[in-house]
Parts: sequence; C-alpha cells; structure tokens
Amino acid sequence: MSSPILKLIAQRIALGIVLLLAVSVLIFAGTQILPGDVAQAILGQSATPVSLANLREQLGLNDPAYLRYFRWLGGVVTGDLGTAMSSGQDIATSISGRLWNTLFLAFWAAVVAVPLAIILGLIAVRYRNGWVDKLISGLALASTSFPEFFIGYVLVYFFAVKWQIFPGISTVYEGMPFLERMQAIALPATALTLVVLAHMMRMTRAAILNVMQSAYVETAELKGLSAFNVIRRHAFPNAIAPIINVVMLNLAYLIVGVVVVEVIFVYPGMGQYLVDHVTKRDVPVVQAVGLIFAAVYISLNIIADIAAIVANPRLRHPK
Amino acid sequence: MADQQKKSVLLDIRNLRIEATVYPPGEPPKNIVLVHDVSLTLEKGKVLGLIGESGAGKSTIGLSSMGYGRGGVRITGGEVILNGRDILKGGKEGFRKLRGREVCYVAQSAAAAFNPAHKLMDQVVEATLLHGTATRAEAEKRAVALFKKLSLPNPETIGERFPHQVSGGQLQRVMTAMALCSEPDLIVFDEPTTALDVTTQIDVLAAIKDAIRDTHVAALYITHDLAVVAQVSDEIMVLRHGRLVEWGGTRQIIKEPRQEYTNALVSVHEIEHHEQKPGTTPFLSVKNVTAAYGRSHIKVLKNVSVDIYPGQTLAVVGESGSGKSTLARAITGLLPPEEGTVTFDGRPLANRLADRPKEDLRQLQMIYQMADVAMNPRQTVGTIIGRPLEFYFGIRGRERDKRVAELLDKIEMGKGFSDRYPAELSGGQKQRVCIARSLAAKPKLIICDEVTSALDPLVANGILKLLLELQKEENVAYLFITHDLATVKSIADSIAVMYRGEVVRYGAKSKVLTPPFDAYTDLLLSSVPEMEIGWLEKAIKGRRMASAGN
Amino acid sequence: MLDIKRIPIPALIGIVLTSLFVLAAIFAPFIAPHGNGEIIGDVWEPMSSAHWLGTDNLGRDLLSRMIYGARITLFIAVLATALSFSLGAILGFSAAVFGGWYDTLLSRLVDLLMSIPTLIMGLVVLSVLPTNLVTLILVMGILDSTRVYRLSRAVAVDINVMDYVEAAKLRGEGSGWIIFREILPNALSPLVSELGLRFIYAVLFLSTLSFLGLGVQPPDADWGGMVKENKDGIVFGIGAALIPAAAIAMLAISVNLVADWVLNRTTSLKGGRG
Repeated sequence: MSSPILKLIAQRIALGIVLLLAVSVLIFAGTQILPGDVAQAILGQSATPVSLANLREQLGLNDPAYLRYFRWLGGVVTGDLGTAMSSGQDIATSISGRLWNTLFLAFWAAVVAVPLAIILGLIAVRYRNGWVDKLISGLALASTSFPEFFIGYVLVYFFAVKWQIFPGISTVYEGMPFLERMQAIALPATALTLVVLAHMMRMTRAAILNVMQSAYVETAELKGLSAFNVIRRHAFPNAIAPIINVVMLNLAYLIVGVVVVEVIFVYPGMGQYLVDHVTKRDVPVVQAVGLIFAAVYISLNIIADIAAIVANPRLRHPK
Repeated sequence: MADQQKKSVLLDIRNLRIEATVYPPGEPPKNIVLVHDVSLTLEKGKVLGLIGESGAGKSTIGLSSMGYGRGGVRITGGEVILNGRDILKGGKEGFRKLRGREVCYVAQSAAAAFNPAHKLMDQVVEATLLHGTATRAEAEKRAVALFKKLSLPNPETIGERFPHQVSGGQLQRVMTAMALCSEPDLIVFDEPTTALDVTTQIDVLAAIKDAIRDTHVAALYITHDLAVVAQVSDEIMVLRHGRLVEWGGTRQIIKEPRQEYTNALVSVHEIEHHEQKPGTTPFLSVKNVTAAYGRSHIKVLKNVSVDIYPGQTLAVVGESGSGKSTLARAITGLLPPEEGTVTFDGRPLANRLADRPKEDLRQLQMIYQMADVAMNPRQTVGTIIGRPLEFYFGIRGRERDKRVAELLDKIEMGKGFSDRYPAELSGGQKQRVCIARSLAAKPKLIICDEVTSALDPLVANGILKLLLELQKEENVAYLFITHDLATVKSIADSIAVMYRGEVVRYGAKSKVLTPPFDAYTDLLLSSVPEMEIGWLEKAIKGRRMASAGN
Repeated sequence: MLDIKRIPIPALIGIVLTSLFVLAAIFAPFIAPHGNGEIIGDVWEPMSSAHWLGTDNLGRDLLSRMIYGARITLFIAVLATALSFSLGAILGFSAAVFGGWYDTLLSRLVDLLMSIPTLIMGLVVLSVLPTNLVTLILVMGILDSTRVYRLSRAVAVDINVMDYVEAAKLRGEGSGWIIFREILPNALSPLVSELGLRFIYAVLFLSTLSFLGLGVQPPDADWGGMVKENKDGIVFGIGAALIPAAAIAMLAISVNLVADWVLNRTTSLKGGRG
C-alpha cells in the first residue's frame, strides 16, 4: 500500500475524530436547550427553592455550560460516563452488558441481511426488468414504507402467539447458553433484517447496475467472455467499493432500527435503555447513550469511506 | 474471377435489418428501424470505411459483425456471413467463440473501455488466453511487439501500468494492440481517433494504418470524418438514416461521388470567404491579459494580446488546454484577468462581470458549443429570443412578437417556432435559436465558443454560412473559438493560434496560413487531415524530415 | 393536461388511497361513529357489525379512534413536512446561488447534524423538551430539513452551472430572475417528488416517536400511539395493535406510489432535455 493512500486514510480518521468531538458538543448542547434545568426535572414542579439550589450546587449546575461540557467530555474520554439520576447507578457499568447484547443482536441481523441483500441485488440485476426484478423492487418499496413495529408485531403475532415457535419477549441473561440465546433473538433479529434488507438490496442493485453499464464491461463482452466471467473479472472488482459502501451505510441504518426493535421485544439492550431514560428525562444517561450511538454511526461511515479509498485503483496506483 | 473473389471474401453482410425498442416519455414503447436492408462484402486484409452522420447506423452495423447490439438493439433480418458461415445462427455460444478471436473491437473512448482495476497487459492478452490461441508468455511477447509497432513509449514496461496512468492517445494505441493481439481476421474500429486532439490523432492514425498493413487484418473503419477515412480505407460506404447511399473505392468516393449526399459530404468545407483587410482601429483590444482559475498559480492565459475589428472575425484556434475558451471568459468578465486590460471603444472594460453596465453587456454576446444546455428547457423559443429585447430595449407585447418573428426569419426558421420548447428542435435549429438570441441584443461582438463542434458536418456548414451572411447584414464581429482548422479557414479574417495559454502566432488569415511557420503552427497545420489519398504518408514523412533537420 | 387514462394503475391506486386518508382526516367528526374518547364497550371486543374494527384497550371504538388518529397523524406530518421543506429548500437554494462562506457554514452545520441518526438526535432533544405538538413539529421539521437542504442545494448547484444560467448572468439578469425564472422551474419536479418522500418519512418518524411514548401524549393518540396502547393485546392473540400499524404502512405505500410516479415523469422530462 502506498503512502498517498495511508495519508488519505489518516485524514479521514482525523476528520472522523473532529466530527465526533463536534457531535459531542451538539449532543451536550441539545440537552441544554430546555426551559428549567436538570435539577427541576429531577425534583419535579413541587420542589422547594432551597432543595433545588442544593441539588444545583451538588450537580455543578451553577458553572457555565462550557465548563460542564469539558468536565463531561473529560469523564467520557477516561471511561467515566457519570451516574444515572433516576437510579443513582454508574452508567458505564449498566451499559457494558447492554452494549454487548445490542451488538450481538445487530451482528446476527447483519450476518443474515448482508449476504441476502447482495444475492437478491445480483439476482435483480441478472433478471433486470423481468418479473423477479419487479417483484423484488415492489417488495423493497413496500418494506421501506413499513414502520419497524409493524414488521415486529406481525412477527410476534404469528411466530410467537399463533404458531408459538419463538418467544415474543426476548429475555436474555448472563451465562445463557448460546442456542437458547439464539432462539431468544430469532424474532428481533428477523425484524431487524427485514428493516434493512430492502434498502440495502435496492442500493446494491443500483451499484452493480452502474458498473454493468460501463464501457469496459462492453469491452469484456466483446472479447467473448462468458456472462459469469464478465461479472467476476470485470464488474465485481469495480463493484466491491460501492457495495461495501452500501453495506456500511445500511449497518448504520440498523442502529436506528435497533432502538425500536428492542422496545418491541423488551430486549435488554442499549436502545431500550435509551428510550427508558428519555422518558424519565435522565439527561446523563441520554447523553452517554446518544454519544455511543453517534460514535458507532460515524465509525461505520468512516469504514465505508476508507473502503472506497482502498478499492480505488487510481489512488492505489498513483501516476 | 467470380470464384476467386468469393474465396477471399471475409465478411458478407446480406440485407441486414436492425431494430430497437425506444420508450418515448408518456407513450407506449415503439419499435424503430435503425438499419434498413444494408448489404456489404469485405475481402480479407482490406479496409472498408463506414461513414455517415449521427444516426446513420454505422456503429450498429459494425457491431452486428460481432453479433452485438447495444441496449435493446437487435438484428431482425438478413445474414452476417463471416469466414463462410452465418454467425447469426450460432447463438450466444457462437458469438462468444468469435468475439475476441475472429473479430475484435476498438472503441472511441479507450479511457472508458479499459477496466480501471486491471493492468493494461492483463487486459491486452485476456482475449488471447481466453480463446486458448497462445500461452501467456507468447501472448505477452506478441503484445510487446505490438506496442513497439504502434510506437508506444517503453513498450517493455507499459503493460505494467494501469489505464489511468497512460495518456488518451497512448490508450487508444494500446486498445488497438489489444485488438490485434489475438490475431483476428477482422477489427471493428469505432471512431478510434475522434476524441483525440488533432496533433495526437495523426500519430494514432498512422500507427493504426501501419499495424493494419503489417498484420494483414481486415477492418471496418467507422467515422464521421471523410478525410480521416480516406487515409486508411480501400473502399468507402456512405450511410444515411440507416440506409446505403453510396459504396465505392476510396478514390471514386472522394473524387467522383455519384450521389448528391456524398458530394455534399465531400465538399463540406468549401465555403468561400475572402478575408477583409483589418480596419484602422479595433473596437475591442485585449492587452497583455494573464489569468488563472481560483488561487492556483498555473496561468491558463499568459500575456495574451489580440484585437478585434468591427464586422470582422477573429478566429482563436488551439487544442484542448490551450486556453482559448478561457480567453472568452476573460473578455466576458466571467473570469476576471489577474493582469492586463480589455478595452472596448477606447475605454477599459470593468474586469468583473458584476461591475459592467448593462450597455457593455449588451455589446458582447455569446453562443455556446452545446446548444441544448444553453437554452432553458422550460422556456419557449419566443421567450428565449424575446428576453434580450425586453431586457435591453424594453420592447414588449406585440412589438416584441414582431421582432421575434423577424429574428426567426433571419435564422431561416418560421415564426411558428416561437411557441416550441428547445426539446422539440433539432441540433442545428437549437444552435440557430441561440444565434437569434444573441442577435436580438444587437451586439457589436458575438463570441462563438466551438459553436459547430457538436454538430454533424452538413449542419455545421449551414450554421457557418448563416453566421457569414448575418455578419454582412448586421456588421457584427465574431470571436470564433475552435479547434478545427478547416472551419477557421472558411470563416476567419484574422487568426490567433494558441498553445498552452500563449498566442504563438497572430495576424491576418493569409499571413498566418503562409509559411514560414513557427514549430507549433506547422505541427497543427500539418496534422489536419486533408481529403486526399496519400496525405497521411506525406504528412508523416514531412514531420520525420523536420525532426531529422532539427 | 393530465389524462387520467394515462396515469399508471399503481399511481392511480396511490392517489385514491391517499385522498381517502385525507378525506377521513378532514371530516373525522362527521364520519366517525363514536367520539374519540368515548368508552362504548368491553376491552378488546372483536370485530363486529356494531364495531367494525372492534374496541381498544379501554373499550373505545377502534374505527372512530383510527379516524381521529388519521387527523392527528396527518396534521403533524403535514406541518412538519411543510416546515422541513420550506426551511431546507430556501436555505439550500440560497446556499447554491450565493455560495461563499454562507454556503460553507450551512453545509458544514448540516453535515454535523446528519452525522447523528435522526431518531437518536430526536430522542436526545426530546429528553429535555416539553412534550407537546409544537415541540414535536419543530423537532421533526428541523431535523428533517437537513435532507431537503442537501437535495435542493445539489439540484440548484447542478442547474446553476448550466450554460443557460451563465447566459442569463452574461445578459446581466439579477438574482431574482435567475432563481425564479431559470433555476426554480427546472428544480421543481425533483423537489415535488422529494416532498412525497419527506412526508412518508415524517409519518414514520412521528409514529415511531409516539410508539416509544415520546410523541403525541394521551388521551390524544396518533396511529403510532394507538399501537403502543394496544400492543399488550398481541400476546393474547388480539390484533388490535396491528390495525393502526397497517394503516401507517398503507398510507406510506400510497404516497410512495404517487411520489414514484412523479419522479418517473420527471426523469422522462429530463430525457427530453437531452
């Protein structure tokens, strides 16, 4: 690998870090735009001015916002996410198990969705404008219009209630045997897969189609290569980057889906944790979890960009 | 005699009919016929030129010899007999065996036709290896020999490069080597030099011609440029709207064309225009103008000075990257010069467009290369032509309609066109409307930026004639920017030759085109193909002598 | 100008269904058999001739709730879309035409906002803001305007470099003529079809928020909120929650069909431009 590529990658990562910092400011600022403050939120409308003042003092709310921001950021960087107001528990400790649960769920959804989307995308291209293609794009249109909870509850209604194949509530606990755990996440993982599948497939189709219409694919056909070899030798190497890009963007999409899906299946992950604490107006938790979600999202986008850089022959073999 | 001829026939196309399905917006799909009943034969080792304007079906016919149709194009009738068998009966498997082995293809844009992900050598030998006609070592040796023959630099190592690391002219030669590498019987050249600059074209053309001669391969050479095809082909077939117009030996076609259409194509550049003596005072002077894009230090214009006289044409000629279009942008104020001045009627023009008064803007009008993007697709022809009348002179209502009708008349279009939208016009009509729009402002100068380059030769000719007539009637001056020397000869009063941002030669047309030349003008002039058999050899020989003399 | 026979069938279905939803929303009090909060029977009664869709978790008529729900859903989604669209389009257009630091500043800000998933940013903000309709519309509208900004800026930038716009600038035309006469007529079609997509997104986003308990608050309910109210029935095999969920899907599909058709008409117009 040559140095201009490394330089570009380094630039992209540096840009990502800057972006993440900016996002942390935004998230912090987003929780400061309220009328009233955290102390008011904790103690409620009936709080006496004295107890409010005491709590403000205790939480350091009398300091200017930028000081509080840097204190918070310093904590985040050293792994201290603060304590939850509603329960008084350390946020980092509560999160670690849940983060793992969420990643486990998202991982298996991705393992199913990614290859399936690419294969369906390829089939749609192969039989372009035929009925298979039309059916696939019709389903894609439909499923981008479905709210996540519609897919989720339809699955529950049939697979958990009517046919009783899988549990409708995904209880997982530490030390749960692998197979049981897989059975527990079967429905939420399916729901997540369905949520991202259509979009990913539509974008894969477009990416491959774009490559298939280029002049060098025509050249390959005019050399007498078989359809399979045209795709393998000429279309595929150029389609990898856009496909990786599509996959990464959709994995980022999965993060949003995970929030709703976890609530549907009462799955003990980050998404449910976030929603719970938004309802409780527990600002420190919301900040911490929001930042983690944003960090994952930004990282996936950086990986997508880096993949595009690495796969570009113009950058790999400079003049 | 007939028998002997039959034996040497390589390709025999009989009554070919090719159709395509088009999907006009808002209408049911429609079948159109691209090629009507065309027959041709090609002997082994001979070159047949297919010539015609856009839509003539020449590429479609060329690709049919490989059993290939682009996007929905299909062969619906006739036979394509190659080496004695009808390839259309061979099916997909049959096509695959013949493509890349018996017939190879050289595309117009090699830059797009090479896969950016693979090294050149891998792509050059791919077809040979695929059909198993040689081992990898043999094929690579053959490729290197071809690179040498096509006078590519570093023939031993150029195969290790990726497409984007090689220039356009070189890529076109590598693509020719790729076609020749599998030692086919026939090569289809589809406008192989059209995208190249004229001084690059001549080298590529000579390389292709030598390679064809030495390898005894037969070729279908497709182009719109009769002068180019006259250099390489033994016979020429003229096509129009998918039908055969005339087919004969190269000499007969260019010297004694039998059909009126062929004659029109041959005599396309013969516009008579006698140069006018420059007046005493120019109305527009560009003095020592230097310009660069953005904050870059690369100067696109270096110390350029030219004068334009009332009612006369200054042609600015140069290849891509010469800065000729940038000169237009500097004069119009779109790209304010860093140094130097543009004076108009004896006073300096403001550098920036925004600082110029309306009256100055009115005096300088512009016509663009691509007429279809130079007109707002949501405005009617009447609005497009009428707006300058309204904007500069405040002419409205019936008076405006009357003036629009007069202008349409001037550009030889009826007043019925004023309600049409640009999408409903042909390429030539669009350019005429753009001319009318600029005339509506009654300017002293019209800047014409490659206005005929995107048009077919006959249509372009009509536009040039119209411009010359309008010049006489309206006494308007032109700054005519072009890469095409033939156009320059037929329209200019004075000429500025530009090269890498500098004016290398400037003066009255007769002076500029008369020797002794400077090196670049000599190269440029000697590179323009002439419609004369043997011109290429003469030009190349002259060039070798010149370089030997140095 | 528009011939009904030439509208493709899917688009026609989309138009009819969308109009039905809109009509139901407008005339809710006249159509609904019962009041929105009126308890008329047992909890989760099955579908019957008296109650076509059965009753909900509190024994209210589900059909009537659905009709009133359409009203709230469409009302919020339309206002949020209108806000996101006018904000995004105006800023996007002006950024493209004026360029310079104005463009850079806006574009970087939008990049920043878009680097956080909309739902996450929405949750962060809603954790501190009071839950009422105005907040909801503002949050949805502003967060979504980033996408409209990107599109309209891109469309306007593309058009702004066309030769016909340059010709107008050379003629000496002012910004008004250039924006409204040269750019806008050519940008309209892609923007109109985007309008449909933004509306779908607003419906889905609102439903998701309400489903999570952060959108419309009881006793009022949009369709997403109704899913939340009735979701506990699912485990007992009662499908009441699926009905509002399906209604959301159906509305989204209908609008999608219309938007798709508009987009296709646009691209064929582009074909005419050459």
